[in-house]
Amino acid sequence: MSPHTFSGAARLLHWLMAVLIIGMLFIGVGMVSTVGNSHTWLVPLHKSVGATLLVLVLIRLAVRATHRPPPLPADMPAPQKAIAHLSHIVLYALMIALPLVGWSMLSAGGYPITVWGAAHLPPLMAPDRGLYATLRHLHTYLAYALFLTVIAHLSAALMHAFLFRDGVFQSMAAWRTRR
Amino acid sequence: MPGAYRLQDILNRRGLTSLLAIGAVAGGATAAFAYAGGWLAPSRLQPAPIVNALEGHDGRHEGFRRAHAKGLCVVGHFDGTGQGLTLSKASLFRQATTPVIGRFSLAGGVPDAGDGRVTFHSLALKFQLPAGEQWRMAMNHVPVFPVATPQAFLDFQVATTPDPATGKPDPAKVQAYMARHPETKAFADYMAKAPLPSSFANASYNSVNAFRFTNGQGQTRLARWIFTPEAPFQELDKATLAAQPRDFLFDEVAGRLAQGPLVWHMSIILPDVGDPTDDATKPWPEDRRRVEVGTLTIDRAVTEDDGPCRDVNFDPTILPAGVAPSDDPLLAARSSVYAVGYTRRTGEPAAPSALAHDTAFPATAGRQPATMEPAQ
Ligand code: HEM
Ligand code: HEM
Repeated sequence: MSPHTFSGAARLLHWLMAVLIIGMLFIGVGMVSTVGNSHTWLVPLHKSVGATLLVLVLIRLAVRATHRPPPLPADMPAPQKAIAHLSHIVLYALMIALPLVGWSMLSAGGYPITVWGAAHLPPLMAPDRGLYATLRHLHTYLAYALFLTVIAHLSAALMHAFLFRDGVFQSMAAWRTRR
Repeated sequence: MPGAYRLQDILNRRGLTSLLAIGAVAGGATAAFAYAGGWLAPSRLQPAPIVNALEGHDGRHEGFRRAHAKGLCVVGHFDGTGQGLTLSKASLFRQATTPVIGRFSLAGGVPDAGDGRVTFHSLALKFQLPAGEQWRMAMNHVPVFPVATPQAFLDFQVATTPDPATGKPDPAKVQAYMARHPETKAFADYMAKAPLPSSFANASYNSVNAFRFTNGQGQTRLARWIFTPEAPFQELDKATLAAQPRDFLFDEVAGRLAQGPLVWHMSIILPDVGDPTDDATKPWPEDRRRVEVGTLTIDRAVTEDDGPCRDVNFDPTILPAGVAPSDDPLLAARSSVYAVGYTRRTGEPAAPSALAHDTAFPATAGRQPATMEPAQ
């Protein structure tokens, strides 16, 4: 019988990444809208956590490939299931794209890509001013898109918990894996 | 567990209350995000208005830096003495040679302005250190700055923006600003009487802001630094500035580099107890201890059009391990503001620099393949 909940690894990664991604969105818009001294430590923190998230999303995809997620409830209407699946694809795509665009834009700008104060990631491309500007704007637009998708995802999760009451919320929120 | 997916399952008091609460969570999170991004925080000083003020002051010149718009690329190297390692573990300070590119510039946002102005002569540098590390500096020939805070920078720009009717700043606004900012007034008086170097080559270049140095033993101290030239200082006659050819300073340094390399010595300046480390308007007394940490050699100049410096953001907070920003509020502001300016100018097509067709720069001919160069 298939489990009712996501695997422990999937739940751990989900909640860890949820906190980090929401943190990254707030740090991102906060650091570029201030000239205060917090800018000095927020920008390096943003790059470091961002690069860490790229590693985490790759691990998460591997976990997803090896641990099948629980199926959505059989009586959930088909269009709603389709929306759920699509929104998850969009979330994964943005979780992968944002750090890659961040890394690429710093490469195109000729910046050093310093993470956790010590490591310097290799540039993904040669410096190119026009490409830098394009990727820099793309980073902003993708981040806004990710924020809106996260809000939609959060709202849907809460609807499962309090309106539909179909166990979907529990499948990710449970402390223990249940069969 | 059968789910409650039908409308009639939801359209009841309990369901509607839940929906309202979920809406409040989503709306609240969005409002918090908007606040973090400064959209709901009009009193927060943001970098974009400062860049707008620079554009308002000197015009918006697409593709160029919004400050220090006129410049020239240089290429060279740095030889550490090893002495600096007592202060900072920065790899630049090892007894080794580090490649460097840089940019001479004059302050101001007009890319083809004349060189005959009482303004900053500047040198920006980008050191390429081992393992992908970099150290970027943007330095002025004057050891102090007219303002201590980003808010004062903005207010100063706005107060001195030329009135479109007269082409000159409104004296009443300038006076009102100066009355509130004695430090800017002191700076203006200093600039008026201090000698202006006759060349980019014989000017000293100062970090202006203090930085935090940490050595291999973990000892930390705040310090400023200075690059002092080997070329003997000579003064520019301020009375003849207006009569000088438009590009005379850039042409002059190109001429010197055609004769041979130019050399500066980098020294770290250590403050005494009580010397301000978070206020760039305050000079430190001349007698402060200096540690000579290395020699900068500039070998050649290349116009921005062909050189390696145009598309670089000389953000002074891009630092190697062993050097970190101080609490000087200008440093974070510079990083934040330069980034906005950099994103604007790189998003615009690059325009030819004032020196693009200047015959003082033989390197401009280097745009043609080497085989096509006339034999000499
Ligand atoms: C999940 C990952 C990430 C998220 C959600 C994210 C989000 C954001 C957001 C919201 C902004 C502000 C955009 C604006 O308002 O214009 C931003 C800016 C920035 N991000 Fe990211 N980011 C991520 C990953 C990265 C990575 C991996 C890097 C680099 C290694 C990076 C580098 C930057 C930089 C340098 C800026 C500011 C650039 C400037 O000052 O112009 N980001 N990011
Ligand atoms: C809050 C105060 C300051 C603001 C808002 C400001 C603003 C700017 C801007 C917008 C640029 C152009 C950056 C680019 O597009 O790449 C620039 C360049 C420059 N600034 Fe500042 N600046 C400030 C303080 C200082 C100080 C204290 C120094 C003294 C060391 C300084 C020295 C330079 C130099 C040398 C450049 C030219 C760098 C290059 O060649 O690219 N600035 N500044």
